Amino acid sequence: MTVTMTGTQAAPEGGDEGLPPELGRASHIWRVLRRDRTAMLGVVLVVSLVVAALLAPLIAPHDPNGVDVAKKYRPPSGEFLLGSDNLGRDILSRLLMGARLSIGTAVVAGLAIGLLGLVMGMLAGWFGGAVDAVISRVVDILLAFPLFLLALGITGLIGPGLRNLTIALVSVAWAGYARIVRSAVLAERSKLYVEAARAAGASELRVLVKHVLPNVVAPVLVLTTLDMGVVLLAVSGLSFLGLGVKPPTPEWGSMLAEGRNYLDQGPQMTIFPGAAIFLMVLGFNLLGDGLRDALDPHSTRALTRG
Amino acid sequence: MRAYVARRLLLLIPTLIGMSILTFGVSNLTPGDPAFAFASRLASRPATPDEVAEARKDLGLEGGLVPRYFRWAGRALQGDLGISFSTRLPVRPELVERARFTLQLAVPAALLSLLIAIPVGIVSAVRRNRLTDQVLRVVTLAGASVPSFWLALLLIVVLAVKWGLVPSAGRGGAESYLLPVLTLAMAPAAVLARFTRSAVLETLSSDYVVTARAKGAREAVVVGRHALRNALVPLVTAMGTSLGALIGGAAVVETVFVWPGIGRLLVEAILQRDYPVIAGIVLYSGAVFAVISLVVDLLYAVIDPRIRLVAER
Repeated sequence: MTVTMTGTQAAPEGGDEGLPPELGRASHIWRVLRRDRTAMLGVVLVVSLVVAALLAPLIAPHDPNGVDVAKKYRPPSGEFLLGSDNLGRDILSRLLMGARLSIGTAVVAGLAIGLLGLVMGMLAGWFGGAVDAVISRVVDILLAFPLFLLALGITGLIGPGLRNLTIALVSVAWAGYARIVRSAVLAERSKLYVEAARAAGASELRVLVKHVLPNVVAPVLVLTTLDMGVVLLAVSGLSFLGLGVKPPTPEWGSMLAEGRNYLDQGPQMTIFPGAAIFLMVLGFNLLGDGLRDALDPHSTRALTRG
Repeated sequence: MRAYVARRLLLLIPTLIGMSILTFGVSNLTPGDPAFAFASRLASRPATPDEVAEARKDLGLEGGLVPRYFRWAGRALQGDLGISFSTRLPVRPELVERARFTLQLAVPAALLSLLIAIPVGIVSAVRRNRLTDQVLRVVTLAGASVPSFWLALLLIVVLAVKWGLVPSAGRGGAESYLLPVLTLAMAPAAVLARFTRSAVLETLSSDYVVTARAKGAREAVVVGRHALRNALVPLVTAMGTSLGALIGGAAVVETVFVWPGIGRLLVEAILQRDYPVIAGIVLYSGAVFAVISLVVDLLYAVIDPRIRLVAER
């Protein structure tokens, strides 16, 4: 996440007149983060789990779908580092391959949520009038529902599967971002650099994309990181409820759902996938917490959205 | 105050209308013909056109989207949510019956989370940046990161399977409430503790606390009487959002503990594609949550006189 952030923030360095306050911050944020021990723990957790997911096909010790019934329910050992499941499959290899789907879905969903919220919020804040009225009403209604419940209901209505689950989550969760971006755009709209760009003959769209966008994109990226843990919890929760991938495809939430049926014989089937989700979410949360502090040491607000 | 209440009550109406349009829209944009699905399930084979037509009539699915919406919304307003595809019984009585079991978990869980969160948050704020605070912060962050379904399963493995202290599933005596309430309370407790900490910290640095200290009030009085009271205000709002999370979290926790609540009903309905039940639960829980948010906003005005004064002007 940190890499993406720095990359996107470096982009607008084309020398626009009103220097966005966040521009000089990317390196500053990193300096503050480096001194924050808990945030660094978050960085380590996130980076190592993401790298493990990326390298999964290379480092997985066994075939994640290789069934060997003679070796079922093995506790952790030299052969199966994290034990084997009810079909004798290697849990570690399944966790590594599953990480690609679990983390991948969470990241795709998180970025889509941020992007949709960014676009909608900018449209509402910039054009005002009827556009704003329609978008803001939809936002109000979406925010009036408990988030997870609505996502669950929509997944149920459009049908299970990782793709539909992602669609459901994104279509519900963008609203919070849109509201924040809208007010940020409203604040930017009256600033001098917007006036100057208009006077220089830039079209509305150009002012919006080239000048206003860079100023509102940073907070959205930070919010995305903050919420990535919540998104991963939602994805794995929906998946645990049987709305994600179908077995035998490994994915953390659905592995837990399988393990639930074998608590007696193979508790390792439950313990390790859950631990993986926990560590990943903890990593995102530690990192997000540090980011919040680094961006605004006086900020005492906490994200509490369910 | 009365004008404020009236205005907030009025604002509830467009929200509820929007919720009903959203729920209706999503449940009618689903792939496949619900009448065909219902008739086929009745007949346990692909339904004939006649059977489909009859089912369409029974389910109130005739006519265009707009008249259907008004018919559906009008009935929902009177408490009629249609007929369940799988049980063929009216949806609402089932929903109300199941909601009772969910409340039996959610209310104790909400109280327990406050009981944990407030002391932890206060201690953390008062001992800011000391070891106690650092430990509590890591613990609460970890608490907010634990997937509730995993925590539930771990508790089952240790307390129910290994030690046999409590039943692993089902609703029975008082001891059967222990694990579901604990797991359900975990996430909101962690989130609220973090919230309490920052709220107390904010008030601790405010002018009136500095004044109270300067005039020589004891620390307990400063924290208890001045800081905490004002920290309570944002906490009420956070509690409202947490209740929303509790309603959602119930789906997961109830599934793990085979608890006959509304969350499990929703998951069952989803797995059986029982659209009227899904739509009914989403609509009614949304409405309940909207009302909770309203009550929270009104409470906010009661606790914080400034809001009331602004609203009255």
